[in-house]
Amino acid sequence: MASVLDIQNLQVSYWSREIRSRPVLSGVSFDLMSGEILGVLGESGSGKSTLAASVLRLLPPNGEISGGAVLFEGNNLLQADYQELRQIRGGRISLIFQEPSLALHPTIRVGEQVRQVLAAHQSSAKKELAERTREIFNRLFPEDADRIARSYPHQLSGGQRQRALIAQAIACNPAIVIADEPTAALDPVTQAEILAVFRSLREVLGLSMIFITHNPALLSGFADRILILYAGQVVEWGPANSVLQSPRHPYTRALFESLPPAPADSGKNRKQMLLVIPGSSSPTSLPRKGCSFEPRCPLKMDVCREFEPPLVKLGETHILSCFRYQ
Amino acid sequence: MMRYLFRRLSHASLLVFGVSLLAFLFTTLAPGDYFDEMRLNPQIAPEALVALRAQYQLDRPLPLRYFSWLNSVLHGQMGFSFSYNSPVAPLLLVRAKNTLLLTITATLLAWVIALPLGIWSAERLGRFPDRLISVSTAVLLVIPDLVLALGLLVLAVRTGWFPTGGMASVDFASISPVHKIRDLAFHMTLPVAALVLSALPLLVRHVRAAVAEVLHAPFLLAAEGHGIPRGTLLLRYVLPAAANPLLSLFGFSIGALLSGSLLIEVVMSWPGLGPFLLEAILARDIYIVIGGVLFSTIFLAAGNFLADILLYWIDPRIRTENASR
Amino acid sequence: MEPILKVENLVKRYTKQNLVGVPQEFLALDSVSFTVSAGATLAIVGESGSGKSTVASCIACLETPTGGNLWFEGKNLAHAAENELRNLRPQIQLIFPDPASSLNPRWTILDIVAEPLVVQGKLSRSERMTRAFSLLERVGLSAEIAERPASELSGGQRQRLAIARALTLQPKILILDEALSALDCSVQAQIATLLIELQSSLGMTFLFISHDLAMAAYLADEIAVMSRGQIVEHGPAVKILQTPASEATRQLLAAVPQLSHAPQPAAQR
Repeated sequence: MASVLDIQNLQVSYWSREIRSRPVLSGVSFDLMSGEILGVLGESGSGKSTLAASVLRLLPPNGEISGGAVLFEGNNLLQADYQELRQIRGGRISLIFQEPSLALHPTIRVGEQVRQVLAAHQSSAKKELAERTREIFNRLFPEDADRIARSYPHQLSGGQRQRALIAQAIACNPAIVIADEPTAALDPVTQAEILAVFRSLREVLGLSMIFITHNPALLSGFADRILILYAGQVVEWGPANSVLQSPRHPYTRALFESLPPAPADSGKNRKQMLLVIPGSSSPTSLPRKGCSFEPRCPLKMDVCREFEPPLVKLGETHILSCFRYQ
Repeated sequence: MMRYLFRRLSHASLLVFGVSLLAFLFTTLAPGDYFDEMRLNPQIAPEALVALRAQYQLDRPLPLRYFSWLNSVLHGQMGFSFSYNSPVAPLLLVRAKNTLLLTITATLLAWVIALPLGIWSAERLGRFPDRLISVSTAVLLVIPDLVLALGLLVLAVRTGWFPTGGMASVDFASISPVHKIRDLAFHMTLPVAALVLSALPLLVRHVRAAVAEVLHAPFLLAAEGHGIPRGTLLLRYVLPAAANPLLSLFGFSIGALLSGSLLIEVVMSWPGLGPFLLEAILARDIYIVIGGVLFSTIFLAAGNFLADILLYWIDPRIRTENASR
Repeated sequence: MEPILKVENLVKRYTKQNLVGVPQEFLALDSVSFTVSAGATLAIVGESGSGKSTVASCIACLETPTGGNLWFEGKNLAHAAENELRNLRPQIQLIFPDPASSLNPRWTILDIVAEPLVVQGKLSRSERMTRAFSLLERVGLSAEIAERPASELSGGQRQRLAIARALTLQPKILILDEALSALDCSVQAQIATLLIELQSSLGMTFLFISHDLAMAAYLADEIAVMSRGQIVEHGPAVKILQTPASEATRQLLAAVPQLSHAPQPAAQR
């Protein structure tokens, strides 16, 4: 299997008047295999949304990519010129933003918004574009496709808006779809529906996906590999089953143990305390040197305070960054 | 949709009606009337004045006079002018056409300049070009319209490039149609320039603010993320989203330019409503004054109504919001 | 023991005019009834639109019910006069889902916590400050950040602040309307632990409204499942989750994403 996206040592920082340059991603490296669903797990401040935006260079004006490479189809996207980049955005790599209610234009019908994406990348005739738009809507909205296409975003429910965003993302049959917390604003029933949509798209279209979330449970039975991001660094990365069932990194383990038990299991161990990770990962409380997780780590050692942990390989495919596993 | 338009129209009508009432009240309650001048003339007997006042119904109680005036409006006459000895409506109409010519030209020109300038500024928010424009508009904003107009007149006098007043040259009747248009354009240049310069700061600043807000909206970043080309982004995504505040501003700008034009017309001797109204105010020819105010209000209300219709057409959220009322 | 809150046949109807002028009605709550014992936690779960937030608004006296009764310590909130409500409202506090928009970002943390006391007007300034500091400590916000503006807080810290402010007037009932949903998983654990601790030390009653069945199961003694404005099931948490009786409950359970197996202890050096 070939690797379809290769991120090497990506470094991104944000600039603000008070703090000057603040690193948000410090040397993130991983690759995405063709047809793979990679789950990127991270909480607020981990840099996950910045990672998504950086691939297509959609950072806000005060964001700066200070190092690294993003290799796609033989090019380094970080050095591509505007025309190349524009063709890739939405055409070969699509990004689904958070907050479907904000990511859709408020006064354009959703059908037209999808058609615009098609028109930006294909120079087909009007009739063909309309035909393709209808095809996409029929796939994502098995009932009511026409009515939804004619609707405005504010007339749709949260789940329908999310599907409209997905429609925009797959319109041009891209190679990679990056979804940033696509289910965060939805209730569990709709959440499950949207996950099913993504699964079926992977099967039918052969998409490769990067699925970003803060909820590990969503990735179970869905992602092929999982990457854990903490404070702008990759702390663990490996096959999904391996990471979910036997997490190694202290942060990953603590994170999984802080989840409430599944409702079906709630009868046992009633009111057993959830593991609480003390402190927070806000930028101001990150240590200046050594391992970023060290202040909150239950397994910390002296060396963790002084030096950054190396990347350790466990077996062929599981990588983590921790002194405990050297 | 009909209900929305009907509601808007009835608001506008109520506004015009209310303003007419107030205008009538204020002008008639102000001390003095047209015939006061004549009191100074020893040749006119006081009884003659009383008779004149009675003839023009100036001695009747206020409500009666108001209804009588309303009646006259409904008949298309809008009261009677003492100085010109004729119904007010035809007098106003002639002058109103000239004022509208100025105002509409100035509105269109001001927007044609303000839109690109505001958009350009918003795209470079905080950087040098934007700051330059901000400072220039601030300076323009501070200069009173009167000073602007006089400054332009001085320019005309010194350079002789433009006529210094009036609407037509002396030989207007005898020149060819093409030359007529050219002549009119030359005469219009200074007053229109003065109006546009006085309106620009407000428009540019508001366009800049409205566009800047949209430029940072998530949906715009998302569209950019889909590879939508820059031209399409601007025309089909940015401007429609910024339409709401901008259309309301459009309605307001019509009113502002209309009132500004009255002053400019006086300074530049443009034969519109301005000098006409001024003269009528000084002479206490009250029905002309009230008629002029009424006309301005109708024009302003019409402008806002147009903006309402455009907004309803452009912003679907207003349609559904109205549907749920 | 007399329940602290008794909801009896609560009805809430919303009407709106459509284009032609015919009023359209939306029945948000269709005769909802339940009781809550003092010191207990009731979780109300359901999909979006089931009416759970409407129940919260009615109990918190932010909306007036169209019909039914709301007994709180013997007084009927649904039919109380405005001045009576003014005295009763502080005893039932509501925590909103979005920590970013429910607090004024420019105010300092201290001011936000002290505000209810200022409005109440009974304590002197130094008494208010003492109270505010002790509340901040209670919820785990350190005194050093008390003078900072609320905009500098993270999501979890803001919810702590919202809880602190809610506790200022010593309420008997705390309604948490999706209060944890916007937070990261590990932060949810922190706040959940805080809530459990507060309940055991202050004896408060909690109403936990959520669509997160896992967290509701963890925090609550009893669960009420709502669907389309009605309560379809109500009973002890364990029983409802292990033997769901209604289709709505089954659907909710099926939709809960879970880690397929509990994490096993990793072999360490």
